[in-house]
Amino acid sequence: MTVNGTTYDRDVEPRTLLVHFLREELGLTGTHVGCDTSYCGACTVIVDGRSVKSCTYLAVAADGADVRTVEGVATDGELHPVQEGFWERHGLQCGFCTPGMIMSSVALLEQNPDPGEGEIRHAIEGNLCRCTGYHNIVRAVEYAAAKMRGEEPPAPDWEVPS
Amino acid sequence: MSTTSVLGGVVRRKEDPALIRGEGLYVDDIKLPGELAAAFVRSPFAHARIMSIDASAATAMDGVHAVYTADDVRHLGPVLAQVAVGTLRPPLADGAVHHIGEAVAMVVADDRYIAQDAVDAIFVEYEPLPAVVDLKAAAADEVQAHEGVSNVLLAWSGQDWWPGVTDELPDAKPVIEEAKARDDTVTVSLEMVNQRLIPTAIEPRAVLANWHAGYGSFELWSSTQIPHALAGAIAKIFGLPSNKVRVVAPEVGGGFGLKLNIYPDEILCCFASQRLGKPVRWTETRREAPASSIQGRGWVGTATIVGTRDGEILGYELDAICDMGAYSQNFTVAIPLLGLFVAPGQYNIPTAYTLTCVVTNTPTTDAYRGAGRPEAAYYLERVVDRYAREIGMDPAEVRKKNFWQPDQFPATTAVGLTMDSGNYAANLDALLEKADYEGMKARRDAARADGRLVGIGLSTYVEVCGFGPSALAGLGFSWSEYGQPAAFNGSGVVRVNPDGSCTVIIGTGPSGQGHETTWAQIVSDQLGIELDQIEVLHGDTAESPFGVGTFGSRSLAVDGTATFEASARVKDKAAAIAAHLLEAAPEDIRFADGGAHVAGSPDKTVSWPEIATSAYQPHTLPEGMEGGLESTAVFSPGNATWPFGSHLALVEVDPDTGNVEILEYWAMDDCGNVVNPMIVDGQIHGGIAQGIGQAMFEAAIYDDDGNLLSSSLMDYPIPTAADLPSFRLDRTTTPTDVNPLGVKGIGEAGTIGSAQTIVNAVVDALEPLGVEHVDMPLRPRNVWQAINGARG
Repeated sequence: MTVNGTTYDRDVEPRTLLVHFLREELGLTGTHVGCDTSYCGACTVIVDGRSVKSCTYLAVAADGADVRTVEGVATDGELHPVQEGFWERHGLQCGFCTPGMIMSSVALLEQNPDPGEGEIRHAIEGNLCRCTGYHNIVRAVEYAAAKMRGEEPPAPDWEVPS
Repeated sequence: MSTTSVLGGVVRRKEDPALIRGEGLYVDDIKLPGELAAAFVRSPFAHARIMSIDASAATAMDGVHAVYTADDVRHLGPVLAQVAVGTLRPPLADGAVHHIGEAVAMVVADDRYIAQDAVDAIFVEYEPLPAVVDLKAAAADEVQAHEGVSNVLLAWSGQDWWPGVTDELPDAKPVIEEAKARDDTVTVSLEMVNQRLIPTAIEPRAVLANWHAGYGSFELWSSTQIPHALAGAIAKIFGLPSNKVRVVAPEVGGGFGLKLNIYPDEILCCFASQRLGKPVRWTETRREAPASSIQGRGWVGTATIVGTRDGEILGYELDAICDMGAYSQNFTVAIPLLGLFVAPGQYNIPTAYTLTCVVTNTPTTDAYRGAGRPEAAYYLERVVDRYAREIGMDPAEVRKKNFWQPDQFPATTAVGLTMDSGNYAANLDALLEKADYEGMKARRDAARADGRLVGIGLSTYVEVCGFGPSALAGLGFSWSEYGQPAAFNGSGVVRVNPDGSCTVIIGTGPSGQGHETTWAQIVSDQLGIELDQIEVLHGDTAESPFGVGTFGSRSLAVDGTATFEASARVKDKAAAIAAHLLEAAPEDIRFADGGAHVAGSPDKTVSWPEIATSAYQPHTLPEGMEGGLESTAVFSPGNATWPFGSHLALVEVDPDTGNVEILEYWAMDDCGNVVNPMIVDGQIHGGIAQGIGQAMFEAAIYDDDGNLLSSSLMDYPIPTAADLPSFRLDRTTTPTDVNPLGVKGIGEAGTIGSAQTIVNAVVDALEPLGVEHVDMPLRPRNVWQAINGARG
C-alpha cells in the first residue's frame, strides 16, 4: 500500500488491523487507538479519499490502497489549513483525538468546502473528544474552511490583542 | 499583579505543533527493544469464589513468557490507597472476585495478540456468590459484597468527623427541625439518583515498565496524573528508595480523575519486568476500562429544603448513600467528603448532612471531574429549584436572597470551611443580563402558549479546589501513604540557561490543560524572556521537583504560584547581575524587550544572554555572589480556593419522542484572575460537555447480578459534536488572596455547574405537565416516560 506517498510492500498476518500495521510496522504513531468498536474515531485515516476507522479495518483490506495519516497532511513542513485551524482556535487539549479529528475534517472539507456549523458537527460525529466539548473544534474547522476557500477566517471568540 | 499582554492574554499553545502533526508521544507510542505485552484474565462474575485456575495450555503456547496469579504476587501486598478505609484491592484477585472484570490472572507474551490468545486459553473455575449492587440494599447489609464484612464503611455525618472543626460548629439539626415545625414554612424534598459514570478519557491507560537489574532501578512510563505519587508507591511496594524509581508521564490523553490512582497493572508490569528481565507493556482496551480504571459518582439520596414562603431558606438537609464499589483505592471514601465541603453551595444556610459510604460488587469509584462537588451541587441546586417552584418565586430571586454577600468574605460555611472570596449576586446578575433572562422567559412563555415544551434551567455553584492546605492532610488529602509528604505543596524550578533561554521544570503536569503555555506565560511575564525561549518540562520524576499532580483544579493555584515565586527570585538575582554589569543599583533595573535596562536610561541595556552568561562566570559576577541563575520554590497554600459561577440553559423537549434539544447554553464563571482566557474557556467548554454528558447520556448500568450493561462506547454514549450546541461564555473576576497570582482554578467548574442546569431546564419544560423530577440521564426514553407518566 501507499502511505503518505511512500509505497510499502509487507507480508502481514491476516488478522492484523490497519491501525496496528501503521503504528507498529511503519512506526506512524500519530494514528491512535481509543476504543475497540470503531466508535471513538481516534484511529481515523483516509483510504482512497474516504475517512476510515483503521481499528476495525484489516491491513490486508488496504492492499494496494492509498492511505493518508496525520503525519502526511502537512506539505513540505507547511501545516495543512485544518492543522493550522486547530492550533489557531484551540481545537485540541490533550491531543489524543486530534489526529483522527483532523483526518475527518480534511475529508469533510475535500468533499464540502463550505460546510455550515450543523454539517461540521455531523461530519465529526464519529470522532469523540472528551476535552473540548467540540466548541473550538467547530471553530477550527470553520477557520480551515475559510482559509481553503481563500477567505479571511471568522474572528476568534476571544478578544485579539492589538 | 502584572497587566502585561502575556499574563491575561491569549497566546497559541506551545503544546500544539507536535500534537497536530501526530508527533505527540503517548505511552503506547513508546517502544523498547525486546518489550513484552501483558493481558489480563478478567472475572465474568461480580462476586464469586475462585475454585481453580488452569493456565497449563496458555503457559505451553509459543510466545507466552509467564502467567501470574495471586499466589505469585501476594507478597507485594494490596494496592496502596491514600485513604485506606475499607478493603484494599489485591493486585490480582485472591481467593474471590468482588466485581465484574476484576483481574484474576496476568499473561505476559511476545505481543498483545499472543497475550490475548493465551488469556482465552486459561480456564478459571468459579463458585458464584450473591452480589450486592443496589445502594439501598448495600446499606441494609443483608447481602455483603465481601463475605463477613459490613458494606457500610463510614458516614460523613454529625459533629465529630473533623475534630477541632466540625465539633465546634452549631448543630444544624435542631434548627432545621424547628423550622419545619413552624406553620409559616414550606418543606420540599426530592429523592434523586446521581448515577455512576465511566470517566472515558479518549486515551486508554497504558503502562510500560522496565527493570534495570544492574542499576537496581525501575523506569515506568504510565498515562498518569500523579507520577511522583506513583514513584513513591512503587518504591514502597518493591522496597526501593524513591530515587530508584523513575516514573515518566509523557503526553497524557485526558485524565479527568481516572488517571489519579495507583493501579494494579502499574505494579504488576513492574513485577513482571523484574521477574522476566524485559520491558513489559500493558495498554488498556476500551472494553476492559470500566473495570481496570475507576468510575465516578454513584449516589442515591434525598435533598430537603425548609424555608419561608417569601424565599428565605431556613435549612438544608442532604442524606445520601454513596457507592464506593468493591475496593478502596486512592481517595475513594474521601470523594463524598469533597462534596460535603460544598454542600451548602453559595448559601449562608444551616446545613445537615449524612453521606453514607457503602461497598458494592462493582468497580471502585474515585475522583471523576468534580469529584463529589458535582454531586453536591446537583442535589442542592435541584431542590432549590423545587423550592422556588413551590413558593412561586423566580429561581434566580430565591438564590439571590440566600447568597453570601461580598462583604461577608472570608466566610466560614455551615460545614466549617472558610471560603476566600465571592461576589455571587453580581455574577448571577451578569449572567442574567448577558443572556437576556427576561427575554428568554418571554420566549419560553410564548413557546408554551403554542403548546411547545420549552424550559429554562439555572444553577449556581461554588467549588472548593486548589488543594491544598496542609490542614486537610489529616482528612486524606496527602500522599503520606505513598511514602511522601503529608501536604499538597506546589513546586517549580526556573532556570535561565547560559544562552538566555529558560527551562522551567514543574512538579505537576498536564493531561490536556496547557500547562506548558500557561507556565511559560507566568515566567515570561516576570522575566521578559520571550515565550519561544521558555521550555516547560514536566512528568518525569527523575528531573522534576517533587510534585503532587494535576487534579482538583489545583495546578495553577498551587504549582503555578511556586513557579511564579521561583521566577521572582531569579528576577531578583538577574537584577543584581544586570546592575553589576551596568554599574547601576539593582532597584533601578527594569526588564523588557529580552533584557534589562536602567530605569530612565533605556540605552543602558544588557540582554538576557549577557546576564545569563555572566551568572555562570565568577569573574563577571558581583563580588561574593554564588554562580548560576535558577531557583526552586515550594508553595504551601494557606487555604483552598473557591471558584464559583452561574449557568443557564434553554431547552426544548419533543413531546412525542422525549428528545431534549439544548437551544442555548450560557455560563458566567469566576475563577479569579486568568492567565490565558483561551485556555480557561476551553476548560469550561469541556467541563460543560461532561456535565451535559451526565445529564443527558451517560450511565454505568449494572444489573442486579453486577453485570455491566454499558461496556462499550455504543452502550455508554458520551456526547458527540452533533449532541451539543456552541456555548456562550463570559466571566466575572473575583481574585483570591490565597496566592499572589489571585487565581483559583477552572478545571472542574464547568462540570460542577452544568448537569443540574440541564435537568432544571427539562423539568421546567415539563412543568405544564406537572412533572417535578426526572432522574438522569435524560435520554429520550426516560423523558418520554416522565411525560406519559404525568399524562396518566
